Amino acid sequence: MATTPVSKHPPVDREHALFLLSEMLRIRRFEEKAAEMYSLQRIHGFLHLYIGEEATGVGAMQAFTQDDAIVATYREHGQALARGISSKVLMAEMFGKATGCSHGHGGSMHFFDARRRFYGGYAIVGGGLPIAVGLALADQLQNRKRVTACFFGDGAVAEGEFHESLNLAALWKLPVVFLCENNLYAMGTALERHQAQINISQKAASYNLAASVVDGMDVLAVETATKQAVESVRKGNGPFLLEFRTYRYRAHSMSDPDLYRTKEEIEEWRKRDPIVLFQSQLREWKLLTDSDLSKMEAELNTELDEAVRFAETSPLEPVENLLEDVEGPVTA
Amino acid sequence: MTKMTYREAVRAAIRKALRSDPRVFLMGEDVGRYGGAFAVSHGLLAEFGPERIRDTPLSESAFVGAGIGAALGGLRPIVEIMTVNFSLLAMDQILNNAATLRHMSGGQFNVPLVVRVATGGGRQMAAQHSHSLEGWYAHIPGIKVLTPATVPDAYGMLLAALQEPDPVFIFEHATLYPLDGEVDETAGHFDIGGAAVRRVGQDLTLITYGGTLGKTIQAAEHLAKAGIEAEVIDMRLLRPLDIATIVNSVTKTHRAVIVDEAWRTGSFAAEISAQIMEKAFDDLDAPVQRVCSAEVPMPYAKHLETAALPKVEEIVSAAQGMIAHHG
Repeated sequence: MATTPVSKHPPVDREHALFLLSEMLRIRRFEEKAAEMYSLQRIHGFLHLYIGEEATGVGAMQAFTQDDAIVATYREHGQALARGISSKVLMAEMFGKATGCSHGHGGSMHFFDARRRFYGGYAIVGGGLPIAVGLALADQLQNRKRVTACFFGDGAVAEGEFHESLNLAALWKLPVVFLCENNLYAMGTALERHQAQINISQKAASYNLAASVVDGMDVLAVETATKQAVESVRKGNGPFLLEFRTYRYRAHSMSDPDLYRTKEEIEEWRKRDPIVLFQSQLREWKLLTDSDLSKMEAELNTELDEAVRFAETSPLEPVENLLEDVEGPVTA
Repeated sequence: MTKMTYREAVRAAIRKALRSDPRVFLMGEDVGRYGGAFAVSHGLLAEFGPERIRDTPLSESAFVGAGIGAALGGLRPIVEIMTVNFSLLAMDQILNNAATLRHMSGGQFNVPLVVRVATGGGRQMAAQHSHSLEGWYAHIPGIKVLTPATVPDAYGMLLAALQEPDPVFIFEHATLYPLDGEVDETAGHFDIGGAAVRRVGQDLTLITYGGTLGKTIQAAEHLAKAGIEAEVIDMRLLRPLDIATIVNSVTKTHRAVIVDEAWRTGSFAAEISAQIMEKAFDDLDAPVQRVCSAEVPMPYAKHLETAALPKVEEIVSAAQGMIAHHG
């Protein structure tokens, strides 16, 4: 399948270009800071970094409105930041503080934000897909013109829930956009070792569902493709599957010794770093200057220092509250 | 009061809910055109249409998860999982999502989902179609587990469940569907309530739920002929467990037998036994007894199946043994 080519002419205005770049850079610097905090044992448990995949989260998020719903995975820091959840409450969540987006109950893998319709944060691979289908079903039954974005990885494509969910969404023509961030590895197992059919987008044909493959390292390509898919879904044409071909530069998680990839492969993909690519493209189009970049980095530095300070100084939830929020009142 | 069967009572409750609340819909395998595997939803498709009586593919994980998503999205789905045996395919969605989303999100989201599940053995459906796993569900914080054993409860508990902000699992023992009874369809409001004393007695307490209530009452009647008056408690809910009603009874009778169709090891009966010991040890004149299914996959042959399941004679003999025991 052909990937969407990047235009030679600036297809984007300066303001939007700088916005996309700063969004990607925020994710990169946040993830680097999270890794540092993990090594300093301020963050515990599992930490799955989005480094290398920034273009997919940022590019795709541009196609959704505040009214739409977002369902993601345990590797969801990028989507959460791109959705507008503050780095402060995300850092506090990973520090286990009461001020975290999930009040310290979820940690890195379970970010939730009701106001921003960010429905998690799932640690079971494939676990979010049926939920996305249900959110879309609710919209269809209540005649609401909203769309549900469902992010998942190539690993999820092996789970039964992927097949069940795509079939169900296509059968009922539900307004879901299935966004597969194919980073070529299901934890330590390469795509060609877990899929008989490695062209993920082709699986959509089995469910009579539209699909495209996109260069996941090109933020503008991701943005354009996602907007096209979302427009189609909003028109009532049924669900869409987008396969973003991307790569994660770090290991699966902070616990992963990364023994299953070669340094050469990682280096090859580093040459296509989405942030570096976009920066050079913008410079070529005369949309980015050195001072733009240093200003952006300085602001992000301040923002992330503040996020860490906020997380450090935030209180823990009192242990007396341990049994709360297991059952309770209607929330919405 | 209207005479109806347990099956008709569930149907009447679904109908009442769909008529009074546009957010409610029924979703599951063969609930529509087939009329329901146990004929519970017979006729409902014609009245409410295919959007609200929604046939699903054989995709338990997806349609239970979709029920969760639909509940998050403002609807009040009733998901029908044909039997508890197939619910295993949806356990990830049930435990990791339905039961857990509220707490994991820091209280931001509630999941007002009702799941109805047929359960139990005794109809020669063999090993993969005869499980009693409601005890597994009762293990999970964040959900309620209801086990209606009577016709009024088959009606009222579903309507009460639809008012709950958190997931409710209703287990309908498959042998109960033809049970005759009466329902007051004019009643306005239903509380889930707690355990019910179905027979008053002072000599010992028989505790059960769901499909084994009938056998337990029969056992009480046999015991009465021998001059032993058994109190029969129908738990009605496994989670939250109404231990107070149980303890009140045991405080009076000093002896308890729990009847549970699940396999004995790790059965919910074991949980009740532990709680009775914790809360009423000094009132007991004998160890708490359990009458459960034998440790064997449910056999097909009738005589073997009968041997595997709890029997009236077993309940009677456990009770008589306790009366003879001097505490």
